[in-house]
Amino acid sequence: MSFFDRLFGKKHSADNAKERLQLVLIHDRTDLTPAELDSLRDDLIATISRHVAIDAQSVQIDVEHDGRSQRLVADIPLKAARRKTKKAR
Amino acid sequence: MPAQVITITSGKGGVGKTTAVANIAVALAADKSKVVCIDGDIGLRNLDVILGLENRIVYDIVDVIEGRCRLKQAMIRDKKLPDLYLIPAAQTRDKNAVSASDMTRLIKDLRSDYDFVLIDSPAGIERGFRNAIAAADRVLVITNPEVSAVRDADRIIGILESEEKGPASLILNRLNPALVKSKDMLSPEDVLDLLAIELLGIVPEDENVIIASNRGAPVAYDMKSRAGQAFRNIAKRLKGETIPFLDLDAQGSLWERIQRLAGRK
Repeated sequence: MSFFDRLFGKKHSADNAKERLQLVLIHDRTDLTPAELDSLRDDLIATISRHVAIDAQSVQIDVEHDGRSQRLVADIPLKAARRKTKKAR
Repeated sequence: MPAQVITITSGKGGVGKTTAVANIAVALAADKSKVVCIDGDIGLRNLDVILGLENRIVYDIVDVIEGRCRLKQAMIRDKKLPDLYLIPAAQTRDKNAVSASDMTRLIKDLRSDYDFVLIDSPAGIERGFRNAIAAADRVLVITNPEVSAVRDADRIIGILESEEKGPASLILNRLNPALVKSKDMLSPEDVLDLLAIELLGIVPEDENVIIASNRGAPVAYDMKSRAGQAFRNIAKRLKGETIPFLDLDAQGSLWERIQRLAGRK
């Protein structure tokens, strides 16, 4: 990689390779495409929203790996519950 | 002690399966083990040429399975190492000529008389690969530090786990230390992090491998070659010895290079 590539912040190609492989392997291992992951995300949001108010924009769903096992990690921020009864002033 | 049956596979073609089988076999046999290697790539045989035994083939594995010869008649003794044998693949047949139970039966007959049976798997995840792992006690997955090879290795490792042939061990072949240093090649740490299996050996890229295959004398015979050393180390690890991994910094400091040239290192 040339000096100028580095100067303009181009990544080392080995880092590109590793990042691309990390994503590809998750999908290969779980048989879950990015589109399916999106639809899973939408289903989860819909289901959870029926019970509790959530911040749908900030929901994060990722597949993480620990050795060769995969886990689905969902980070679902809850909205602050609105008081049902307002105190009269 | 009965033989250890070891299959070498990769998913992707061209990553060095046959070269690895030939070299590990030579290194084991040169270190007092009795070794039989089997070319599992029916229709595309190559282990014979890498070992330099192509002119000695009379019978092949399909002849044994179909009863045209006895097992011993299809076993070609190596030119240099009296305890190394090759069972060649058939060249004019396809992979359907052999079944997993044929392989298991044939290998059963070898177990009592040899220390190691090494099986060279064909590329792919189909029948030839299934046959090659059917009788394996241990599977070695070989890959290159390159995206397509690592991806295919991961598929193979997954299949081996689901077939209960795991845990597989990894051979990382054709590593170019200079490219790893400039971060233009996946490092051994990167590959191990991605594949999450045990490392058995790292083989540096080495032009002596091509010279050796031209001559039909595997690079494991070449005491000066770094790839040869890596294969000899793998053979020792298969025998249970603890051998440190090669120093990957091929160039080293100028002083180290001078020392190496002077034969002091």
